[in-house]
Amino acid sequence: MTKKDIANWGNYPVIESDEKSVSFTNDIQQYAATTKNFIARGNGRCYGDASLAEQTISTLKYDKILSFDTEKGILECESGLTLDKILEVIVPKGWFLPVTPGTKFITVGGAVASDVHGKNHHVDGSFSAHVMEMDVILASGEMITCSPSAYTDLFWATCGGMGLTGIIGRVKFDLKKIESSYIKQKQVKAKNLEEVIRLFDEYKHYTYSVAWIDCLKKGKNFGRSILILGEHAKKDELPDNKKKEPLKLPAKKQITFPFTLPSFVLNTFTVKAFNFLYYGKNFKKEINNVVSYEPFFYPLDAILHWNRGYGKKGFVQYQFVLPLESKQGLIEILQRISDQGLGSFLAVLKVFGKQDDLISFPMEGYTLALDFPVRKGLFEFLDQLDQVVLKYGGRLYMSKDARMDPSVLKAGYKRLPEFMEIVKKYNPEARIRSVQSDRLALTTN
Amino acid sequence: MPSTVLILGATSDMAVALAKKFASKGHNIQLAARNADRLKPLQSDLSIRYNITTSIHEFDATRFEQHQSFWASLSPSPDITISVMGYMNDNDKVIADQDETLKTLHTNYTGPVSILNIVANDYMAKQQGTIVGISSVAGMRGRQSNYIYGSAKAGFTAYLSGLRNKLFHYKVHVLTVLPGFVYTKMTEHLNLPKLLTAQPENVADAVYKGIQKKKNVIFVKWFWRWIMLIITSIPEFMFKKKKL
Repeated sequence: MTKKDIANWGNYPVIESDEKSVSFTNDIQQYAATTKNFIARGNGRCYGDASLAEQTISTLKYDKILSFDTEKGILECESGLTLDKILEVIVPKGWFLPVTPGTKFITVGGAVASDVHGKNHHVDGSFSAHVMEMDVILASGEMITCSPSAYTDLFWATCGGMGLTGIIGRVKFDLKKIESSYIKQKQVKAKNLEEVIRLFDEYKHYTYSVAWIDCLKKGKNFGRSILILGEHAKKDELPDNKKKEPLKLPAKKQITFPFTLPSFVLNTFTVKAFNFLYYGKNFKKEINNVVSYEPFFYPLDAILHWNRGYGKKGFVQYQFVLPLESKQGLIEILQRISDQGLGSFLAVLKVFGKQDDLISFPMEGYTLALDFPVRKGLFEFLDQLDQVVLKYGGRLYMSKDARMDPSVLKAGYKRLPEFMEIVKKYNPEARIRSVQSDRLALTTN
Repeated sequence: MPSTVLILGATSDMAVALAKKFASKGHNIQLAARNADRLKPLQSDLSIRYNITTSIHEFDATRFEQHQSFWASLSPSPDITISVMGYMNDNDKVIADQDETLKTLHTNYTGPVSILNIVANDYMAKQQGTIVGISSVAGMRGRQSNYIYGSAKAGFTAYLSGLRNKLFHYKVHVLTVLPGFVYTKMTEHLNLPKLLTAQPENVADAVYKGIQKKKNVIFVKWFWRWIMLIITSIPEFMFKKKKL
């Protein structure tokens, strides 16, 4: 066996691992039954230390489409299939993903294990709300089909369970009907945080909504933002030149970030300059246009390896959610970030709808996601933010996490003991474990 | 009418890449391997993604007595036959165990020759068809680290070359493919040099192009031709001292 260095999207941490690829279900079963200390791994697009372990089983070759009901909009596939490949098949037939995160380069297994959410969470919930059934291959090698009505404990502990219950095999989920591959987009500028929160409420009937937020501005422009709203365009809403082929796939336009930038390039000044340009590019208060789904959902996918922009030391993404009544907490956190001068290129604000699952991240309230390059003092600062998040009844997203203390996880996820009981039931010897699950004390010897 | 491509040894990564390539060009696909049940996911995947007809067939390279009936059972009879079968294990294990030795020889040489003879006879009679054999650069010179596999591939390469010369007179095209290093499940445990190593999709693209252009022998990455020229030029008295 040869060890190789692997890391997730944040390039932090980097660990040595034996990676084994599999193409067939019975090979996965055999691997599970005979391997110690392993975790399943998809495309490595979570940010932190989930899906990293001494031994990893790569599902990327386990990527076959098993059935596609074009009448009812139901897709069944193996867990290593990535969302970009799914879109290529379903969009021309008039269907879309029920829920998609900000990158299409994740696997279906990852979507389930992280229970990903998208810009439509307040309307459609997270990915797990659309999973009809799935196979989970346990550490024993046994395969169990679970769903919201069968082996429900296994099902809910697998949705958002970071791969700790077993290896996700086949997944069957429903799709969203579309008339065109285009999005009717509306962008509204907000002068400050107060205004953007009001706008979220005013436009809550929109299927898709998210706001980019400038976290370095102080004073009366504190929290200035651009709210981005969208609806799938109906056929008759398309401009004439697009009507002929309403379900056309977007052309593949991709550039690659060619090398890793030195870490010092990102600083308060460059972030401020970026924010100035980004906010300033929208001259008008409101812009309405029709765009392809690609730039609307996946603006960053156009730049392959954009994570290299954060330098060799890597970066962490910090994403938390606060209950709806804790607007004050959001202000407090943004203030601390602004005072610290730790601006982030990608600061994304979103209002979640209701959700109360076993171990999934979303709950009704405000979620903010920020990127911070790894540097001295950052983790101490984030520890302080954790305490603010907890004070206001919030929690952090495990898929983004590389550093929180186990006590922060425990305080944020009220049903954690129940989740750990189920993991113990299906993974009794904790042979399935990751760097993250060990760090967060979810798996112990 | 769309043509049909038969892929022998359809469970490997290279076979999957080939199947996808030809399916994406509108060809119907016949997948053949041992434990054909394992091919069901690939069968549905190809059919759904590319809107073509895909069938699966039980085929064992080492069950020579079944090859004739296997070929007769294919309907329609494929226009292009690609042999991707191969088996490579650690050479020390292979020479220590006769079963392993024979498995290596049969999967890489006698099995493919047995079935391709049947295919060739049929294509000769019809005066049309294309045969593609995935052999290996390992067959160009025996090395102490891999000579059982290498010798079987050497035999297969020589067979393909003779077959090409014979079938040329019957308007049948024979393409020999000599991939260098390829990233697959078979080589995952090896530390391959990145620059010299191809992806299975590169092999599939090269095969597709090779058929279009009626090539005789292709190396997937062009420099392998020159690497092998050097390796085959080293005098034996020097070569045997190297630990290659």
